[in-house]
Amino acid sequence: MSAHAGFIVAAYGVTAVVLVALVLWVVIDGRAQRRRLADLEARGITRRSAQKPTTGKTGA
Amino acid sequence: MPLIDYANPTRFLAFSARVLPWLAAATAVLLVAGLWLSFFASPADYQQGETVRIMYIHVPSAWLSMFGYGVMAVAALGTLVWRHPLADVTAKAAAPLGAAFTFLALVTGSLWGKPMWGTWWVWDARLTSELVLLIMYLGLIALWQAVDDFGRAARVVAVLTLVGSINIPIIKFSVDWWNTLHQGESIFRAGGPTIDAGMLKALFTMTAAMTLLYVVLLFSAMGNEIMRRRADQMEALAAGEGG
Repeated sequence: MSAHAGFIVAAYGVTAVVLVALVLWVVIDGRAQRRRLADLEARGITRRSAQKPTTGKTGA
Repeated sequence: MPLIDYANPTRFLAFSARVLPWLAAATAVLLVAGLWLSFFASPADYQQGETVRIMYIHVPSAWLSMFGYGVMAVAALGTLVWRHPLADVTAKAAAPLGAAFTFLALVTGSLWGKPMWGTWWVWDARLTSELVLLIMYLGLIALWQAVDDFGRAARVVAVLTLVGSINIPIIKFSVDWWNTLHQGESIFRAGGPTIDAGMLKALFTMTAAMTLLYVVLLFSAMGNEIMRRRADQMEALAAGEGG
C-alpha cells in the first residue's frame, strides 16, 4: 500500500460509517412507524378515510 | 398503470414494497463489483499513485449531493404547482440523504486534497459552493423541524429549495468559470474523458451502486414519512374524539 494509505482507509471508513448509519436510520425509523400504526389500530383507531360513515342520509 | 398513478401514497407504498428487495439486491451486487474494480481491477495513477482510489467514493458522493438537490427541486415544484402530498414527502425524505452525501463529498475530498494539494481545505469556488450546499441542506432540515404544520412547512421549504437551486449550476460549472485548485471536468467533456478506461469502469460502477443505494434509501425514507403522517393523523383524530 502507498504512503497515503491512511487517507484512503479514512475516506472509505467515513463513507462506510455514514452509509451504514443511513441504512440503520431508515430501518429503525420504519420499524418504529409500523409499530405506532399497529398500536393505534389495535386500539381501534383508524384513519378517517378508512372509517365507515356514521352520519348522513339514512333514507328516512 | 400510468406512472402518475403511483403518485398516490397508498399505491406508492405497495409499489415500493414490491421493488425495494430487488433494488437492494442490485445495489449490493453493484457495490461488491464496484469495490472490487476500485481496489483490484483499476490501475494506480501515474501521478497520484494509490490515492486516486478515493475518487471512486468522492465523485459518486459529489454527484449524489447535486442529484439529491435536483430531486428536492422537482418535489418543490410538485408541492407548489400541484400541491401533491407525495411531493412533500419526497422533499422531506430527501433532505437528510442529500446532506449525508454532501458531507461525504466534502470529507472524502478533504482526505484526497491533503496528500495531493498539501492542504485539507481551500476557499476556492468548487469547495465553497459545495459547503454552501451542505449548509442549505441543514437549513432545510431545520425548517422542516421548526414548522409544526406539515403543509405549511412543505410550502416554505419548497420556495427556499427552488431559490437555493441556483447553487447547483454554480457547483457544476465553478471549475470552468473560476480559477480553482480543484481540477476541471475530466469525464463528460468535449474531446472525451481524460481518465484511464479501467478507472472509468470502476468509477461508473461505484456511481451506479451509490445512486441505486440512494434510491433504496429515498424510497424507504418516503415510506417511513407516509406512515409517520398517517400515525400523526390517527393520533390527532383519537385526541379529537377523546376530547
